[in-house]
Amino acid sequence: MLSADCFKGKVALVTGASRGIGFAIAQKLAQHGATVFINGKDQQTLDKAAEQLAEAGYVCTPLLFDVSDNQQVKSGFQAVFKQQKRLDILVNNAGILDDALLGMVSAEQLQNSYNTNVFGPLFCAQYGARLMARNKSGSIINMSSIIGTHGNAGQSVYGGTKAAIIGMTKSLAKELAPNNIRVNAVAPGFIDTDMSRSIGPELYQQRVDSIAMNKVGTTEDVANVALFLASDLSAYVTGQVIGVDGGMLI
Amino acid sequence: MNNFDTLKALFVKALGIDEALVTLDLAYASIAQWDSIAHMVLVSDIELQFDIMLDTDDIIDMSSVAKVIEILAKYDVIC
Repeated sequence: MLSADCFKGKVALVTGASRGIGFAIAQKLAQHGATVFINGKDQQTLDKAAEQLAEAGYVCTPLLFDVSDNQQVKSGFQAVFKQQKRLDILVNNAGILDDALLGMVSAEQLQNSYNTNVFGPLFCAQYGARLMARNKSGSIINMSSIIGTHGNAGQSVYGGTKAAIIGMTKSLAKELAPNNIRVNAVAPGFIDTDMSRSIGPELYQQRVDSIAMNKVGTTEDVANVALFLASDLSAYVTGQVIGVDGGMLI
Repeated sequence: MNNFDTLKALFVKALGIDEALVTLDLAYASIAQWDSIAHMVLVSDIELQFDIMLDTDDIIDMSSVAKVIEILAKYDVIC
C-alpha cells in the first residue's frame, strides 16, 4: 500500500496527460504527493486538464510541447530544469493511433506515428535520464500496448511503434541501471478512452468479447500499475513489460 | 577555484582518474574510464555545477576536454 505522500519531494512529468491514461496517471501521482508536470500539444485541452486537476485539489504545471519535435522537447525539459532542478519520474504516455491495412499505409502516416510514438519517448528519455542521473535515481515508464506485444491485423504501424517501445525499454533499462534509473513499460489492453471509443460500436464489442475478464479496462487500472512502477515498491524492477489487459486474447 | 579547475575536478570525479590525465587533448573513449556511462555522469555533473542544460547535439560533440571547453563557452561558461 502506498502512503498518501509517498512521492513527496519527487518531480514527475507525464506526456500526453491532457486526457485518458496520461491524465489518470498524472492525477494518481499528484494524489500521492508528487510535483507533477502535465504535457500536451494542444493548449486548450491541456489547460482544461490542468483546471480539472486543480478542481480536484491537485496543482499540476502544464507544459505545452509536441513530443515528436526534439526542439520542443528540449524546451519542455528546460522548463522542468529551471523550475525544479530535478526529475524523478518520467511517464512517456503521449501517442497516436492511426490504423490502416498494409496496402493503405502511407509514408506520411508511418513517419507521423514513429515520430510521436517512438522518437518522442526516446527524446524525452534522453533529457529525462540526464536530470535523473544527477540524483542517481529515477523511474521511466513507457507506454506500450498489447498490440505491440501480440500484434493485430490492420495495426502494423501502431503495433510496430509499440513493439519498438519494448526494445527501447529493455535496452535503456540495461544502459541506465548503473545510474539507478529504472525503465519499464506498461502494455495496456483494451482501455476505456477516447482513443478506444473511436473504433466504432461493433468493433468495440468484439474487443470486449475477447477479454477473459469480460470487461473493458479503466484508465485507473493502468494508472495503478504506472504508480507501482514509479514507486519504491518496484525498486528492483527494471526492463519489464507489464500487461494491463484483463486476460485479453488477440 | 576558476572554471577550468572546476571542470578538471568534474572530470576527475566523473571518470575516476588522476588530475594529471585531464589535459586539453584527452579524448572521449581514448581511455577506458571515459566511456558512455562516465560521459553521462560527467554531463550531469557539468550541468549541475554550472546550472545549465546542454543540447543533445552538444553532448554528442563533447569529444575531448578542449571541445567541452569550447561548447561550455556557448553557455557563457568560460574556462
